[in-house]
Amino acid sequence: MTVQIRGITGYGAYVPRWRIDKQTIARAHKWMAPALMAQAKGARSFCNWDEDAITMAVEAVRDACPAPGSARISRLYAGSTNWPFDDLQNSSLVAAAAGLGKDVQTLDLAGSQRMATAGILAALDQDARSMLVVSDRPRALPASAQEVGYGAGAGALTFGAEGVIATMIGSASSREMFNDHVRGRGADSDFWWEERWVRDEGYLKLVPDIALRALESSGVRPGEVTHFILPSALGGIASAVARKLGVRPEAEADSLHARCGYAGAAHGLLMLACVLEKARPGDRILMVGFGQGCDALVLHVTDQIDSYRPARGVAAVLADALLEESYMRLAAYEGFVKPDWGMRSEKPVKSIASEQYRSAGQVYGFRAGRCGRCGTVQFPQLPICVNPQCHAPEAEFTQVSLAPESGEVLTITADWLSYHPAPPLYVGFVAFANGARLMMEIADVARDSSVEVGTPVRMIFRIKDYDTTRKYPRYFWKATPATNRTGSHRA
Amino acid sequence: MPKGIKDKVAILGMGCSQFGERWDAGTAQLLAEAFTEAMDDAGIERSQIDAAWYGSGADGINVGNSAIPASTALRLDGIPFSRVENMCATGTEALRGAVYAVASGAADIALAIGAEKLKDTGYGGLPTPFKGTFNDLWLNFGSAPAAFAQLAAGYRARHGVSKDELKKALAHVSWKSHENGVLSPKAHLRKRLTIEQILDAPMIADPLGLFDCCGVSDGAAAAIVTTPDIARGLGKNDFVTIKAVQLSIGSGIESSMSGWDGSHVRTTRSAATRAYEEAGITDPRTQVDLIEVHDCFSITELVTMEDLFISPEGGAVRDVLDGFYDRDGGVPCQVDGGLKCFGHPIGASGLRMSYELYQQLLGRAGERQLATPSIGLTHNLGGVPYQGIAAITILGLNGRS
Repeated sequence: MTVQIRGITGYGAYVPRWRIDKQTIARAHKWMAPALMAQAKGARSFCNWDEDAITMAVEAVRDACPAPGSARISRLYAGSTNWPFDDLQNSSLVAAAAGLGKDVQTLDLAGSQRMATAGILAALDQDARSMLVVSDRPRALPASAQEVGYGAGAGALTFGAEGVIATMIGSASSREMFNDHVRGRGADSDFWWEERWVRDEGYLKLVPDIALRALESSGVRPGEVTHFILPSALGGIASAVARKLGVRPEAEADSLHARCGYAGAAHGLLMLACVLEKARPGDRILMVGFGQGCDALVLHVTDQIDSYRPARGVAAVLADALLEESYMRLAAYEGFVKPDWGMRSEKPVKSIASEQYRSAGQVYGFRAGRCGRCGTVQFPQLPICVNPQCHAPEAEFTQVSLAPESGEVLTITADWLSYHPAPPLYVGFVAFANGARLMMEIADVARDSSVEVGTPVRMIFRIKDYDTTRKYPRYFWKATPATNRTGSHRA
Repeated sequence: MPKGIKDKVAILGMGCSQFGERWDAGTAQLLAEAFTEAMDDAGIERSQIDAAWYGSGADGINVGNSAIPASTALRLDGIPFSRVENMCATGTEALRGAVYAVASGAADIALAIGAEKLKDTGYGGLPTPFKGTFNDLWLNFGSAPAAFAQLAAGYRARHGVSKDELKKALAHVSWKSHENGVLSPKAHLRKRLTIEQILDAPMIADPLGLFDCCGVSDGAAAAIVTTPDIARGLGKNDFVTIKAVQLSIGSGIESSMSGWDGSHVRTTRSAATRAYEEAGITDPRTQVDLIEVHDCFSITELVTMEDLFISPEGGAVRDVLDGFYDRDGGVPCQVDGGLKCFGHPIGASGLRMSYELYQQLLGRAGERQLATPSIGLTHNLGGVPYQGIAAITILGLNGRS
């Protein structure tokens, strides 16, 4: 009899396409914070106007689990320190858009930089096909060190007993009221204490003990660690801790600071996805989560690592970048400046809860109807089949989600007249391979990369519009160019 | 095919307000302007109007729901008076109501009046329409130019037309309407433009630049209709009759099925087919003397030339560039300047088109009078190319067909 060992069975990641050179940010603030230039190395990611922790989480979940139907995920933990909703289960919305089954058990995680490691420990403690996704966009004030250092992104892991790519062979945890930074309710940004204190009194004193205990419980010596993951908003921390632990310098995982910035609570999962993407069977990963104490996990990579592939993977996601050359886009999307969007932007948006519930399958699940009589796939689904040769009643439809479908642009324009926070609004008909079609917004388009008739697109879940009165984003699906075009954005 | 209404209804009088940025006038004043002219032209009293239809497209910034704002503005008391709305085809929809009432015998004399006060929005272009609670959750309209710009992409792909060639033809469409608008005293825009100015204008929705878009205007237009017998009884000898009124709406085929390629407007084709049949027209290219079409955008006018079966499939670019639709061409189009220059107050536009045909057919068009037109066609489009309403009327001089 073989004992099934549970472990990590898959991973996925998402980083917003929008990137900005950190020097661009520092230059904008040079008049009052010239010291920023020295620490501004590489690029950071930032959310498009229609992205938030929910939309990024959906993308990471889809990356880790492109076929949610066959994966039969029974539990979803979804975490962020920047959820758009205080009282609405964010994980339910993520599950609905990502196509997880209606019987999935959902739980929101919040309020901790340690939720990635805590989430892994919780997921592995249970006998279920679980999923953990952490999605974050930490908020900073303009001209702060954090504005330069932060980024945005999401990482996801699946857990189970089949197709295990990494097992946990040891762990240790602690709690400690060490507040390196804090963000109180309603605050716009994180409040940080002095960096030297955070490093010397915090990371260097609190992490090594726990990390050594975890290693000890796994029987792995510090020198045998192949990959060391210690996510931190601060530079140089992981190297200092590694030195103190006796972990080899080459084991230190890419901090991703120069590639996408520190993606808050999601950063650990992004780094882990990077490590797993390159890991070899037998590799030993030491992963630490820090925040009011710490968690340390020791993971052992199995020989099934090569049989798993995410839908796109973190390397592809990081390479899929649109480089913005104007600081003002970041400033507008982070809410630092409020441009005059004109009177067209004043059209009231009101969320109709009863309508949203009636149409949840179509709006969140992007479910089209496939007519059982004539086979026409149609969105939206109305009471009668659109085919004039058929006109079968809706009762004969089966449901097919357009989210995983590939499509191509049938008609297109760049609309400069409509109110749109990322002008111009690219809008056109998308023709799906299964015959469906829909007039769609096309998001994340670099101005100098063209979207043309025939351009292949994939579907992404995004904010459609925002009910400003009730602070309520409304979501729907958009199209985006499928190929990874690295483009530069000139204003 | 039903027998139709050919020659059952005559136009007794028409009126049209000055179009434009009417900072001086509200909807009530615009209505009164068109109504007074139509009543003077008809030579009747208020008490002779048996029924009325009022068209307005955007109630939110206009005067509110129902026909009450119109009945109180015009002091029409105690008669059946309804408001109709079918997006930008609203004007023709109002006319259709009045024409059907007379044709059925339910009314001897009926009024159709349409008006729109758009320049109280505070910005250029049309206000964003409300879409209903369900559509609002997913439907992406973009702006009106964005919706019609889709035709440019579809047309180019279908007919293998280069971007530059199409842009040149579109510029000619607008250039011609600006030339015509200069001769139209009630038009909103009365200014000549060069092809270069049109080509170099700021982009609104690619490939449509500023001058590919029609004027957004305030205005009203009205028609008073009756039977040919009553018209004669009232002393009218030469009068214009309705040869056809047809309307065609889409049911989602273009936007939800895979057949439509974005190059044409299906509803225009079905409305035109039925209108030609009702009017007894077999070769519109030679039988129709002038047309007023829904040139909300230059691309709309271009594809409409094919959708009305006047230009052959893929032949509109050639015809336009050859000047076939110029005022001295084979089928003059928009001799009053069209939506482009006369202006586009939504609820009035369909009636304004008929007003121009009416003036031309009766030889009253002044400086812009064409030689001897006897059959004219209006084409009034509501909604967007892939989800909309096409309304067509054919008017002719009494006794000729």
